[in-house]
Parts: sequence; C-alpha cells; structure tokens
Amino acid sequence: MNTMIDILCDPSWSPYVVGIGIGMLSWLTFLFSDHPLGISTAFAKTAGMIEKAVRGPKVAKKLYYKENKPGIDWEWMLVIGVFIGALVAALTSGTFQLKWVPSMWEATFGANIFARLTVAVIGGICVGFGARWGCGCTSGHGISGTMQLVLGSWLSAICFFIGGVGIAMLMYHVF
Amino acid sequence: MFINLHNNKKLQLILGLLFGFCFGFLLQKGRVCDYEVIMGQLLLKDFTVLKVMMTAMVTGMIGVYAMHGKGWIKLHKKPGSLGTNIPGPLIFGIGFGLLGYCPGTSVGAVAHGALDALIGGIIGIMIGAALYAAVYPKLKGRILDVGDLGDKTLIDVFPARNPWVVIIPVITIVVLFLLVLEKMGL
Repeated sequence: MNTMIDILCDPSWSPYVVGIGIGMLSWLTFLFSDHPLGISTAFAKTAGMIEKAVRGPKVAKKLYYKENKPGIDWEWMLVIGVFIGALVAALTSGTFQLKWVPSMWEATFGANIFARLTVAVIGGICVGFGARWGCGCTSGHGISGTMQLVLGSWLSAICFFIGGVGIAMLMYHVF
Repeated sequence: MFINLHNNKKLQLILGLLFGFCFGFLLQKGRVCDYEVIMGQLLLKDFTVLKVMMTAMVTGMIGVYAMHGKGWIKLHKKPGSLGTNIPGPLIFGIGFGLLGYCPGTSVGAVAHGALDALIGGIIGIMIGAALYAAVYPKLKGRILDVGDLGDKTLIDVFPARNPWVVIIPVITIVVLFLLVLEKMGL
C-alpha cells in the first residue's frame, strides 16, 4: 500500500512508463470512443465559440467554422480532462507553484514578466495558427498520426521539431 | 465494435473526460509539461519528450494495428499534403520553441501553475486558431492542395499486404534509437 502511494506521489515517472501508458490509452480511445488522442481542434472550437459570442451568429458562416463546427464534443471534454488530470498529478507530486517566468528563461533572459509573456503570446499564436494549418499538433500528428504510420503525420512531426529546434537554438545559443 | 457505445453522445463526453484525465496525469508525471524539459528537448540536451512520444507511438501502433487486423476498430488517418504538412507544422514548431509548450502541454503546465502557459498558451493558441479561420478561405484550393498525400501510410509506400512487414522494422529502429540515447546518457 505504501509503495502505491509512493508511486502516486513521485513527481517524475520514467518516460517509458508514461509513453507506454499513453500508447495503451490510445488503444482504449480507438476501441471505446472511435477517436484518436488529439488536442488542438478543441482550441479552434473554443476560439469559434468565443468569436461567436462576441461578434454574433455571422461567425458561424465563416468557411472554417462551417467545416469545423464550434461546440462541445469528445475532444473538448478530453482537454478539460487533461487539465484535471494534470492538476491532480501536480498536487500529488507537490509541484504546483504559481509562476510567471520559468527558471530556465529567467537565467538567460531575466525576470521581466512582460518580455516573457510577449514572446509566449507570439509563440502561442504561431502554435495555434500552425496547428490549424497543419490539421494537428504534437498529440494528433506526433502521437496518434505517427502510430498509424500516416505519411502526413510523420512529415508534420519532423517539421514540428525542425522549427522548434531551430528557434530554441537561436534563442539560447545565439542571442 | 461497440457501435452503440460510440453513438451514445452523453456517455462519450464522460469517456472523453476520463481519457483526458489519464492523458493529463501521465503528461504531468512524465514532466513533459515543464518548460525546462521541453526546451531541453528542443536544445537536444534532454530527450524526455522524444522518449515519451516514441514509446507512446510504438505501444499505440502495436495495439491499434492488432485491433484493426481483427476488425475491432477503424483507423483515423488524417488526409494530408505537402502544402498542409510542411508550412503549418514549421510555423507550429517556431511557436513551440518561443512558447515552450505545445497545446496539450500548455494545458498541463497551467495545471502546475505556469501562468505564461495560460496567457501565451491557452489564450495565444486560441488567437492563432481564430486568425487561421480568417485566412483559411485564401489558403484552401491553393497552397493546402499542393502535393497531395491523401491518407497514405508507410504501409502503402512499401507495397506490403501485411502491415507487420512495416511495423516490425519501425519498432526495431525506434527501440535501437532509444537504446542509443540511453547509452549516450541523453
């Protein structure tokens, strides 16, 4: 019993255990929900719902939202679940801490919150825009697509890392 | 299998929540929602992220193709093209490096208190998605259709009747790659 609690409270599980867990979770989502794991569509749907609330029903006429109807669905609930699960994991790990600037960022670029948030928002906009352009993110293509051996997903996963490694090297080794 | 379960909309929402819970719990325990771990991967110093992704891919592949072979499940292959799967993901990658989180790990990072993931990740990603919805009609029928890939898989490239002819070598290469990473202490 104590070892069970120790494992549950361990903040750092082996990446292989976590990977096998996510892989097996995919079996269940395919079998019981007829869905692969994926995150970024829910962001687009939420953006659509907010846009509709702010700018009115004409938003629903946009081509993109006609093809991808905003609303609460399986994937949307999945993302809510990710938040709750990650929160429980952080609490059991004792790693929950409100923080504006990550330590690694602070060590290189300083503790200025505005600078960190500016870069984070520009990054987030690119992530959202790029995920919709590419029809998927590190979950949808990087895990679910690659496990089905889909060529477009493998290509996407490689490009995620080419872009990411390139900009990270520029940020931390050049500037 | 389980067609009735798939069609039960309310129960599916609950299942989505439950599966999401497990996904988020695992991501957090694997520390892949930490800025340091993700940037460590992008700087090629810490391979935790790739270890998680590749192990998940290989594990998932075995079960998904085994169940598909038995006719238990349908595959969900997203159709793609060079114009879709190169420029979009490169923009995503640049954002990934600047933000330090991807969409799923942004949600996980907010759950451990990272406020930069809340503002940049959650809000930024939604702004990006809304901007994409605005320019989508200009891209559709043009760059998005360049170099169609359909929903082709590696199995279609090597004309193998039996998917395992491709899956087993892929698994072997991934396992060897992970062994090399461990040997190098990465």
